[in-house]
Amino acid sequence: MSLLVDTRVRKGDFELKVSFEVPASGFTAVSGPSGCGKTTLLRTIAGLEPGADGRVSVAGECWQDRACRLPTHRRAVGYVFQQAALFPHLDVRGNLLFGRQRRPAVRAALAFDDVIELLGLARLLARAVHGLSGGERQRVAIAQSLLSSPRLLLMDEPMAALDRASRQTLLPYLEALQRTLDIPVLYVTHALDEIARLADHMLLIQAGRMTASGPVSELLTRLDLPMAQGREAGAVIRAQVSGHDDLDQLTRLAFSGGQLWVPRVALEPGTAVRLRILSRDVSLARKTDPDSSILNSVPVSVVDVVEAGAAEVMVRLCAGADTLLTRVSRRAQRHLEIVPGRRLYAQIRSIAALV
Amino acid sequence: MNPATVSPSDLQALWVTLRLAALTTLSLLLLGTPLAWWLARSGSRLRAPIEAVVALPLVLPPTVLGFYLLLAMGPNGPLSGLSMAFTFAGLLLGSMVYSLPFVVQPLRDSFAAVSEQSLEAAACLGAGPVNRFFNVVLPLARPGYVTASVLGFAHTLGEFGVVLMIGGNIPGQTRVLSIAVYEHVETLDYARAHLLSAGLLIVSFALLLVVYASGVGRKVVR
Repeated sequence: MSLLVDTRVRKGDFELKVSFEVPASGFTAVSGPSGCGKTTLLRTIAGLEPGADGRVSVAGECWQDRACRLPTHRRAVGYVFQQAALFPHLDVRGNLLFGRQRRPAVRAALAFDDVIELLGLARLLARAVHGLSGGERQRVAIAQSLLSSPRLLLMDEPMAALDRASRQTLLPYLEALQRTLDIPVLYVTHALDEIARLADHMLLIQAGRMTASGPVSELLTRLDLPMAQGREAGAVIRAQVSGHDDLDQLTRLAFSGGQLWVPRVALEPGTAVRLRILSRDVSLARKTDPDSSILNSVPVSVVDVVEAGAAEVMVRLCAGADTLLTRVSRRAQRHLEIVPGRRLYAQIRSIAALV
Repeated sequence: MNPATVSPSDLQALWVTLRLAALTTLSLLLLGTPLAWWLARSGSRLRAPIEAVVALPLVLPPTVLGFYLLLAMGPNGPLSGLSMAFTFAGLLLGSMVYSLPFVVQPLRDSFAAVSEQSLEAAACLGAGPVNRFFNVVLPLARPGYVTASVLGFAHTLGEFGVVLMIGGNIPGQTRVLSIAVYEHVETLDYARAHLLSAGLLIVSFALLLVVYASGVGRKVVR
């Protein structure tokens, strides 16, 4: 139990009422449609919503309950806004040090140089804030928050205001954070690929209520939730590098449902990786076909089938302890007799290996 | 006509004027800061009437202001106990009322321009309210302070009507430049009147030039 929230906020007609816990470290994605209360939730945790009732406690420290209510500046929180709110009267270094100078580090804080390196800011230190690009501003804002020794990091769609190219540049930095940080991170986003890459846990909020929470791999494949609908629907699977094929430049990955081949990744055997397999890259067959060009074929059994549009169905499959999704036509459903319990082979056309 | 020289009494008037303008500006910056902050940030229903009161000196004839101040300082007025009429202190109070909008409005505008998000970000980085004011609001509102100081100072330099009503013409006490000019004209000493008037004109122009050249006064003086 590291972050515990049980709160109610009223804003005009809108009411946010959620209660959840998130683990002591790792990214927890907060997702849901626009206006569902994601930002309000983050602001409540930071103490920026004056009308919020309830309880917020972080790492055993009470930030808010009936008896106490710490003002924002007494909460060891890092808040990265959708658009970085850097101080225009300070240069990059001044911005970075703003929080560090004001919040006494109660525990071993991240070293200045480590944070600078983690976010690639060494060249920017003497720059004025107004000359930075959108992606650079966000990196400075993230570093600024980290340097204030937070016990909890809140990120409100940090990539939403960036163009595609800046997003691609920023993402690896966030992945580095995900591997390095040992504090809980709440990460608000709509983007499934960000969730798949960064988050271990997930909260889904709809119209001010939490409608689902749990491991990302479970929530992304639940057919009753919106993430499993649409073109980007897919599964996230944990696997381990188990070997390389030098001749064909492939890497073998082992997961609970068997093994998979992907284009070579430069990782030592034994390294954990997460894989994202989109539903549109998975097809089903009665038997594994050695004459096919498709490299990966694993035995699966059908768990669940729901309608997806007039001509198609979305199928949830289990492969070992893991789950895959696939979208097939109703004709194929009839032809292959796709019903719960049916054993088939999943042919996987493409796999994104996320480190 | 002999070239005019600045007489000792004119020098004295200059000194009174500068002292008055400086003290008025300083006092207004101190008192105007919380008032301007409240005007910029409050959602109170009182905001509009108070804003109107602050702006009154812009439209009222200075003699009207001076008249009411005189009544207030008079034997039956609420300020009678302070015996301020015809003293420098009374003049200071009058000048503060007279120049109030010239200081408060630029400050209010510059406070309003400080984004809520900057303040929230500062709070999330551990800065308390006082810390936020001195380390975020003040630096960001600096152009407003420059404008407010220059306008407050320059406007007080040119004060006449209020002084006439509540200050009188006591050398070294309440005799300011504008009164001295008036007196020189009355006594047909146009050369001296020219000297002081031109001096005032040039100084005022230079001060306003500073404000407009720095680009911060454009929005403020309407």
